[in-house]
Amino acid sequence: MKEYQTITEISGPLVYAEVDEAIGYDEIVEIETAQGKTLRGQVLESSEDVVAIQVFEGTSGIDRDASVRFLGETMKMPVTEDLLGRVLDGSGRPIDDGPEIVPEERQDIVGAAINPYSREYPEEFIETGVSAIDGMNTLVRGQKLPIFSSSGQPHSELAMQIARQASVPEEEEGDDEDGSEFAVIFGAMGITQEEANEFMEDFERTGALERSVVFMNLADDPAVERTVTPRMVLTTAEYLAFEKDYHVLVILTDMTNYCEALREIGAAREEVPGRRGYPGYMYTDLAQLYERAGRIKGRDGSVTQIPILTMPGDDDTHPIPDLTGYITEGQIYVDPDLNSQGLQPPINVLPSLSRLMDDGIGEGLTRADHADVKDQMFAAYAEGEDLRDLVNIVGREALSELDNKYLDFADAFESEFIDQGFETNRDIDETLSIGWDLLSMLPKDALNRIDEEFIEEHYREDDSEREVLEAAD
Amino acid sequence: MSKADTTDAETDNGVIQSVSGPVVTARDLNARMNDVVYVGDEGLMGEVIEIEGDLTTVQVYEETSGVGPGEPVENTGEPLSVDLGPGMLDAIYDGVQRPLDVLEGKMGSPYLDRGVDAPGIDLEEEWAFEPEVEAGDVVEPGDIVGVVEETVTIDHKVMVPPDYEGGEVVAAEAGSFDVTETVVELDNGEEVSMHQEWPVREARPANDKKTPRTPLVSGQRILDGLFPIAKGGTAAIPGPFGSGKTVTQHQLAKYADADIIVYVGCGERGNEMTEVIEDFPELEDPANGNPLMARTSLIANTSNMPVAARESCIYTGITIAEYYRDMGYDVALMADSTSRWAEAMREISSRLEEMPGEEGYPAYLAARLAQFYERAGYFENINGTEGSVSAIGAVSPPGGDFSEPVTQNTLRIVKTFWALDADLAERRHFPSINWNESYSLYKDQLDPWFEDEVADDWAERRQWAVDVLDEETELQEIVQLVGKDALPDDQQLTLEVARYLREAYLQQNAFHPVDTFCPPEKTYLMLTTIQTFNDEAFDALDAGVPVEEIIDIESAPQINRIGVQEDYEEYVEDLKAEITEELRSLY
Repeated sequence: MKEYQTITEISGPLVYAEVDEAIGYDEIVEIETAQGKTLRGQVLESSEDVVAIQVFEGTSGIDRDASVRFLGETMKMPVTEDLLGRVLDGSGRPIDDGPEIVPEERQDIVGAAINPYSREYPEEFIETGVSAIDGMNTLVRGQKLPIFSSSGQPHSELAMQIARQASVPEEEEGDDEDGSEFAVIFGAMGITQEEANEFMEDFERTGALERSVVFMNLADDPAVERTVTPRMVLTTAEYLAFEKDYHVLVILTDMTNYCEALREIGAAREEVPGRRGYPGYMYTDLAQLYERAGRIKGRDGSVTQIPILTMPGDDDTHPIPDLTGYITEGQIYVDPDLNSQGLQPPINVLPSLSRLMDDGIGEGLTRADHADVKDQMFAAYAEGEDLRDLVNIVGREALSELDNKYLDFADAFESEFIDQGFETNRDIDETLSIGWDLLSMLPKDALNRIDEEFIEEHYREDDSEREVLEAAD
Repeated sequence: MSKADTTDAETDNGVIQSVSGPVVTARDLNARMNDVVYVGDEGLMGEVIEIEGDLTTVQVYEETSGVGPGEPVENTGEPLSVDLGPGMLDAIYDGVQRPLDVLEGKMGSPYLDRGVDAPGIDLEEEWAFEPEVEAGDVVEPGDIVGVVEETVTIDHKVMVPPDYEGGEVVAAEAGSFDVTETVVELDNGEEVSMHQEWPVREARPANDKKTPRTPLVSGQRILDGLFPIAKGGTAAIPGPFGSGKTVTQHQLAKYADADIIVYVGCGERGNEMTEVIEDFPELEDPANGNPLMARTSLIANTSNMPVAARESCIYTGITIAEYYRDMGYDVALMADSTSRWAEAMREISSRLEEMPGEEGYPAYLAARLAQFYERAGYFENINGTEGSVSAIGAVSPPGGDFSEPVTQNTLRIVKTFWALDADLAERRHFPSINWNESYSLYKDQLDPWFEDEVADDWAERRQWAVDVLDEETELQEIVQLVGKDALPDDQQLTLEVARYLREAYLQQNAFHPVDTFCPPEKTYLMLTTIQTFNDEAFDALDAGVPVEEIIDIESAPQINRIGVQEDYEEYVEDLKAEITEELRSLY
């Protein structure tokens, strides 16, 4: 391995060095400073005599005398089942004083694309115990469903609740045919120490840590390292899912910090920027992360992703949520208004969506009436929401009886269905049963999206049958 | 793509000078623009996109990690081409026509490895060839010389390649052949096999482009009923994420009455393509009950697959479509999404350090979009048959803002515009096509067909529906201010009629086994039922019946259930009678 002391330029996170041999694109580089500190980086551009290197830990301390070593391979993640229960830094090195990790394999972190022909379509319902998700925007194994939030919202609590409660109904009954276990991989990118502590405490309190792998890149860790962290996380996830048969739930927080890091590198390279200064290839880059969720034919495990992103200014047309929404299979909106009303979790179901829901629910999966109930509740809640605007102008008296019922429905929907608390775990029957309680507030013939058979079976004719009373007035 | 021979002395190989993502520059490579080259020790497929002095820039269709300067670049001397022949239906390809099922076997892994190549059609599979010419016949370029049963649905016509001279047939034999074997020999020594190659960036020749006059019937009420597209027409479906672009495209692929469907998944989700791969073989072709895959060719270049192959997948798709058009078929091409294609152009362009146009897109964006959509149309082919290529492109505007360059440049070309609306999607009004913003410029030229085939007052009834919906939009603005009860009775009734139009007619449940496909006859009958309600209701109002009583009649809400009725004719008949009777009994 040749060493060079040929650094010509240092700019932001980038180092340029002259070379006299062929250096592969994406190769890993070690830079040793005069103080004996070793920094790691990656080749961003390679030509015959000069290479551009992106340094993960930041370039401070590097001078032109620093020596550069090219390791002749691309970035690898050492993977083993023993990673479960461990806490690693953003580059995959243990920081929990545990024993040394003996890798079973070292896998390329850039992960090749899954052949679409080899994928298996995700359609196994994951019960998160959260009504707003299970009932209205169902999550399935192998899906990528981000949480769109903004600063100051309890998205972490929601993510923790999902991580804690997520299960697949059959497994509870003990007839799990494939014997797969459940694992959580948590990738923190640029979050604060305090937020990280909350996650860690929750993991320890509930004993979830032993089935988890935690990657920590905190706010004061080098930004460039953040571009590597999710790849480390996903490489580990793929290994556990597709080689060790785990059902892996990946939580990535916060994707906004990841994108900021991409922009920083793009700016340092003087690239032509796309929207709001983010690089033009951000869609491709994000897709290479999100598309690593899924199921593969003939393998028992699965990778389900819940990336969290904070939308700058709560604006979902900002490039980060926008590009994410185009890649992921839906999104869950955390709503500041609902949060200030004290709803837990403050999920706004109307703009939220799960694209894989329709194939993951229904007879044999959840319940036969699930799809109709969901459609009707969406329509009724949307109607109620619209009427709220009108009420502000003309008052309740000016509205028809039916309109008033829709208003009551919308209020009860929020207080009974959505606001369940971060500690409550509801199974799907309970969620749907509350749904029917609410729908029974409306006259039968207003339920135009539900099959008559289901109305017959579930509609509560009599007020006394309802478990929930009309909450609003 | 099959590996071409590289014996041509003209083509000299070069060495890599630099690598930056999918863009590689090579020295001493003697190549023409758009030649296919094999890059590096692993032989990654690429295409020449710029030549400057002795430096040649190549976009590589595969991941370039680990590729370094000094590695060889091998020139094939051939432009990027697709293999055309039997076997393209029921197949699934990546963006450069490598069959994904074959790749899975060759790579022995569910992940896409690099440097593995496979021809677009199976060169060894044998097909039963039935000649349609005999010795002595004179054939010209494009002429059909025989037939092969490609799938249960489609007979594949074997044609003289357009770049042949043509001549007298010397020999034509029936029998079982693989695609490389000669099936027809001509007197000038030309040999016709079942296999052709065609450069993807070049349109296949045709005699004449005609005005399309037949609709591409989609079985979707809002499309057939209000905004129809012609066979050979172009359409754009722009919409923000979650508004149902992909579901609309899938519905078209499933139910449109085209002979052949080419579905291009360009930079979209892997699971969506998997859904198509799993669903289509099990779904029935509404025309004949055969498996849907028997008329479908899939091109899947998902968002995480190499970006340069995303740039080419649209061309691969349209070239395959044109080839079936040449046989006299009506082909519908769905491209989901053209925005990802444009972004791939932008990414390559920025790596070439070209001067950017609007929002970083290259200045040639408009030209490329126009070239693509111009390859659609209703054609008289060079062999005298008539065929069509309909192009339907999804557009994914950032933030759902239609003023961005891809949407705007697309709208300048296409003649049908199906605007998806996030508000409608949010209230689960599907398909969430906004009836105020959408349009179809084919309406007038397609009306005669609908009038002949469905009902002679088709156009009138449509206009009535459009008028009611327009009026509703205006009235809703007032309702927002003063509430519904403040409106006069007749306007309240109009709102009620418009509600049925929206809920029963414009909404359609793609996941309901019956409602998912609505033949034009049913679309028409549903509209006439709503109009019956409208006419009878206004008569009742004129006779002094209070509007509340009219709205409250028991039979009217059943209009919402017409969509899910299999025996709709009888149902509609009864319902109309019931509505009429009930309303007349009020006065």
